[in-house]
Parts: sequence; C-alpha cells; structure tokens
Amino acid sequence: MNIQQSAIKIRFAVKFVQAMKRLNKRRGMTMSMSTRYRATRAAACASMASAVGPQRAWSRAVLRKTKRRRFQAISKKRRLINPRREKLQEEDLRGLVPGGKGMEYCSLLSETAHYIKCLQAQIQVMSDILNHHSSSLN
Amino acid sequence: MSSRRSRSGSSRITEDQINDLVSRLQQLLPEMHNRRSDKKSATKVLQETCNYIRSLHREVDELSERLSELLENADTTQADLIRSLLMH
Repeated sequence: MNIQQSAIKIRFAVKFVQAMKRLNKRRGMTMSMSTRYRATRAAACASMASAVGPQRAWSRAVLRKTKRRRFQAISKKRRLINPRREKLQEEDLRGLVPGGKGMEYCSLLSETAHYIKCLQAQIQVMSDILNHHSSSLN
Repeated sequence: MSSRRSRSGSSRITEDQINDLVSRLQQLLPEMHNRRSDKKSATKVLQETCNYIRSLHREVDELSERLSELLENADTTQADLIRSLLMH
C-alpha cells in the first residue's frame, strides 16, 4: 500500500467516524432504519469524496451534490464524441461514475480508475470498522 | 468519423492514450475474470468495469446497512478505532 493510499484511508476513516458520531447524536429523534441506512451510506460516500478532495472530477461531483450548491450547467456544449464501438458501454459507465456525464471520454476513463481504487479503499475501511466492533463486542 | 484510419497527428495520440487508459482499467478488474496475458476489447473491459462498479456499490450499501445497525447499540471510541486501523 503506498503512502498516498494510506493517507486517504486514514482521512476517510476519521471523517466517516466523525459523521457517524454526529448521526448517533441524532438518536434522540426517532429515526427509521431506512433513514439511518441512507444517512450512513451518504456519510460514507461524502467522507470518501472529502478525503480525496477537489483534485478529481468525480470527487468534485460528489462534493457538489453534498453541499447542495447549484450545479452550473455545462455552458460549453462540447460534443463528447467517441467514434468507437464501445459507445453503449461508455454511456453505462457515465451513469456509474459521479460527474461522468459531463466528461470527455479520456477523462472518464481516468476518473473511473481513481474512483474504483477509492471505492476499494472505502470498502476495506468500512469492513475493518465493522470487524473491529464485532470482535470488541465478543 | 473513422479515427482508426485517421492520419492526423492529434487523433493518433488520443487513440493511444485511450488504449492505455483502457488497459489500465483492465488491470483493476477482479483477478478471476482477468487473465492479464490476454488483451480484451475495449467493449469487454468497459462492460466488466461497469459490472464491477455496480458490485462495489452493492458492497458499500451492505456495509452501510450493517454499520447503521451497529450505530444503534455501540459507542464508537474514535481513538481506539483509528489506532486499530493504523496497525493494519
């Protein structure tokens, strides 16, 4: 694991745990299970994007959503042409990567790679937190 | 727009860039389906990448659900948690 990856994991872990604490404090108000689950997932994804910061297009896209800022419509109507055969799969991918719809094909591919690595890191940390709790409760 | 046969300098560079990025994505796919010696078509790589991202999203969903249940009962000690994660 390189240093950058470890740093991101730690930043993610800290932010995520902080967010869960805040969530926990809201326990006074009755929260349905589905609300709590959605809030947990939103906290996880926002924390990862925050840990990455504004250096990547996908994380900027997530942060824009979280901060509820009005998203500026893409004023330049650039034609994001991909004359290749994999047009269908490209569109599918655009729907899966945050901010994917406004990117050029090259950027989409590059952002996807970074996004996948961050998802893997996020999953690893969330599993670790879960396991840590399971073992400490037994 | 057949860029494959295009002779223009700029589209040639972009095509190589794209092929490079696609092969990097292939490297990220789970080992089971990825025999690194074989080069897959861009269509196949993108398709498998989409499936992989969907499965990662499902994992995050599952973990979020389990963690949100945990929240109801446990009291997270932040310092202990970070310490145990660093010792990994």
